[in-house]
Amino acid sequence: MDKLKLIIKREFISKVRNKTFLVMTILSPLIVIGLGVLIGFLTKLNQDSIKTIAYLDESGYFLESDFQSSPSVLYENFSGDSFEIAKSKVESNEFYGLLYIPRKDSIVDVASNVQFYSKKSPNIIMVSTLESLVEGRLEEERMKQLGLDIKKLNNSKVSASIQLSDFLGEKSSKLINGMKIGIGMSAGYMIMMFIIIYGAMVMRSVIEEKTSRIIEVIISSVKPFELMMGKIVGTALAGLLQFTIWGILLVIIGVIASSIFGVEPVNLEGVNVPVEQSEVMKEVASNEAQLIFAEIMKLPLVTMFISFIIYFIGGYLLYSSIYAAIGAAVDNETDTQQFMLPVLIPLMLGVYVGFAAVISDPHGPISTVFSMIPFTSPIVMLMRIPFGVAWWEILISLVLLLATFLIIVWFAAKIYRIGILMYGKKPTYKELYKWMRY
Amino acid sequence: MSNLLEVRELVKQYGDYTALKNVSINVPQGGVFGLLGPNGAGKTSLIRIINQIILPDSGSIFFNGKELVPGDVHLIGYLPEERGLYKSMKVGEQALYLAQLKGMPKNEAKAQLKYWFDKFEIGDWWNKKVQELSKGMAQKVQFIVTVMHRPKLLIFDEPFSGFDPINANLIKDEILQLRDEGATVIFSTHRMESVEELCEHIALINNSEKILDGKLNVVKQQFKSNLYEVVLKVEQPKQLQKEIEDKFTTQPSNLAINDKELAIKIKIDKNDTSNDLLTFLSSKGELRHFVEMIPSVNDIFIKAVNSHRNG
Repeated sequence: MDKLKLIIKREFISKVRNKTFLVMTILSPLIVIGLGVLIGFLTKLNQDSIKTIAYLDESGYFLESDFQSSPSVLYENFSGDSFEIAKSKVESNEFYGLLYIPRKDSIVDVASNVQFYSKKSPNIIMVSTLESLVEGRLEEERMKQLGLDIKKLNNSKVSASIQLSDFLGEKSSKLINGMKIGIGMSAGYMIMMFIIIYGAMVMRSVIEEKTSRIIEVIISSVKPFELMMGKIVGTALAGLLQFTIWGILLVIIGVIASSIFGVEPVNLEGVNVPVEQSEVMKEVASNEAQLIFAEIMKLPLVTMFISFIIYFIGGYLLYSSIYAAIGAAVDNETDTQQFMLPVLIPLMLGVYVGFAAVISDPHGPISTVFSMIPFTSPIVMLMRIPFGVAWWEILISLVLLLATFLIIVWFAAKIYRIGILMYGKKPTYKELYKWMRY
Repeated sequence: MSNLLEVRELVKQYGDYTALKNVSINVPQGGVFGLLGPNGAGKTSLIRIINQIILPDSGSIFFNGKELVPGDVHLIGYLPEERGLYKSMKVGEQALYLAQLKGMPKNEAKAQLKYWFDKFEIGDWWNKKVQELSKGMAQKVQFIVTVMHRPKLLIFDEPFSGFDPINANLIKDEILQLRDEGATVIFSTHRMESVEELCEHIALINNSEKILDGKLNVVKQQFKSNLYEVVLKVEQPKQLQKEIEDKFTTQPSNLAINDKELAIKIKIDKNDTSNDLLTFLSSKGELRHFVEMIPSVNDIFIKAVNSHRNG
C-alpha cells in the first residue's frame, strides 16, 4: 500500500511539473475563451454587412411597404424597369441579388414562378425570409379574392401554450428539458474528454518507462499491477487538478472577457426585441426562472452527483487500463495507432448515441441498451439520469460496468506485465492474445 | 557452507518456447557466483524469476532456507542488462524514490545516498536531471540505486557494459567490497576474463538447461586435458621434437624461443602424473619452462556449449 502511494505521488508530481502540462493548464482556457470571442465577433461582423436586394414586381400585387428594409437588408425597387435592364443594373451595382416576380394569370401561378437571381448562391435564411415575405403578401391577396375578411381572420388566431405538470399537480417548465439535456450532455462529454486526454497520458507514461528502460528496475521492487494502478490513479489526480483549474480559469476569464468585449449571449443571437415586448418577456422569464429553479431542486441531484462520481471513476479506470496495456504492448507512440481505434470507437459511439437517442427518447430502447453496455454506459447513462432512471436500471448498469472493469483490468494487467519486458517488435492482436495465456 | 539461494527444478515456457527446462542451481552464502551462457540461453528468464518479475510455471526458489515471497524484494538488489532511469527526473529525487520502493525509510535512504554519492564524488549531481548526465555517469547512479539498500543478494547482469575501463574497475572493486562485507553476488556476463577474476562458483546455462555448475577451480580440474607446455634447452631441438612426438600427443606452442630451445605442448595419459613427464623431460635437456595448461573459463564455456549442442 505504501509503495502504491509512492508511485501515485511520483506520477502526480512528474505530471504536474511537466512544462507542457503547465502551459496547457494556463493556455487552454485562454484559447477556448479567445475562440468564443472570435466567433462572436465574426458573427457580429457578418450581420453588420448590409445586403442590398433589388426587386422587380410585374404582378402588381406588391406595395413598396411590403419590402421593409432592416439593418441587414436594404430593398431597392426596380419595378419600373424591364427584366433585362433590372438585371444589368443589379450586376453593375454589385447588389446581393434580384427578386423577380413575374406577371401571371393567377396568384397561385405567381407564387410558384418567383425567381431570385444572384451572383453567389444566396444563404438559406435569406431565401426563406424572402419566401415568407412573398407568401404573406400573396396569401392576403388570395384571401381578398376569395372574399375573406382579413381582420376577422387575424382576430380568430389563437396562440396555444401548453403548461406542463406531473400527476401530483406540480408545475414544470418546458425549459427544464433543455436543462436536463444540457446537464447530461456536459457530464457525458466531460467523461469522454477526460478519458481521451488522460488515458493517452497514462499510455505515454508507460511508453516512457519502457523506452527509458527503467521498467525492469522498478518491477523488481513492485508488482506490475501496483505500478499500473499507481500510474492510472496518479495521472487521474493530475487530471482532476487540471480540470479544476480550467473550470476556475474559464469562469474568471469568461467574466473578464464579457465585461471587456461586452459580448453577451443575447447579442450573439442578434435578436432585436422591441422594448415593451422585452418587458413582457422579462416577466415571463422571471416566472420561468423561478420554475426552473424549483425544477432543478427537484432533479435527482444527489443521484446525479453520486452516479457521476461512480461512472466517472468506473469509465476512467476501464479505459485507462486499456490505454496502459496498449502502452505496454508497443515500443513507441507511432505503433499505438492500430490499437487506438477500438478504444475510440465506443467512446465516440457513446457520445453520438447520447446526442442522437437520449435527446429524442431518453428511455427508448437504444438509449437503454447503450446505457447498459459498459463501454458506453458511463457516458450514455449520465445523459439519461437527469430524466429519471429507475434505480434497478442504474444498478444493473453499474454491476455490468464493475464486472467488465475487473475483467478488463485483469487482461490489461496481464498484457502490461508481459508487454513491459518485450522490446523490438510491434505486436499483433494475435500475440496479445498469446500474452494473456502466459 | 550453507546456500543463500536454492533454485529447484524451475520450468518456464512462453507459449511453445521453453525458456527454462528443470533448472536447479545453488548459490552459496558469500562470494561471487557467475551465471554464464550464450545469448538466449535463459539467463535473463532465470534472473527475472529470482527477482519475482515473472512467475515460473513450476519449481521453487528458497532464500535463506525459506521459500521466496514477494516481501523479500528488499533483500535483493538487481541491476538488469536493460537498464535506465527516468530521463526528466532529478538524480537525487529519483534515487530516493527507488530506494523507498525497495522499502527503505526516507531518512535512511537519504543517509545512504549521501554516503554513496560522496564515495563516488558525485554529490553535485543531486539536482541534475538524468538527461543531462553522460551514459557512464548515469550508470554510476544506477549502480548506487542497485546497492544502496544493502541487500543480501546482489544480481548484476552485464554490470560493466557502458563503463570505461577506469570506471569498470571502480565498479569491480565496489562489488568485491560488498562481497567482503557479506553480500552474495550473482554475476551474469559474457566477459569471461572478469568471471575468471571474480567468481568462485559458476553455473553454465545453454539452450534452457543448466549444463555445468560448481566451484570454478573444481570445474577447471574437470575440464583440464593433462596438457603441459614445456621449454627445453637442447643441442638438437628438431631431433628431440621428433622423439617427443613419437611418444606423446603434442600441440605446437607459441612461446618465443631461440634456436637452441624447443617449445611444445605435451598431452600425457590420464594414468601418468606430471612427475613422470618431468622425469622424462629432465633426462633430455635443461628444463626452462613447465606449466600445466589449465583451461580458461572461455575454453570451458566454448567446449561445454559445443558438446551440449552436439548431444
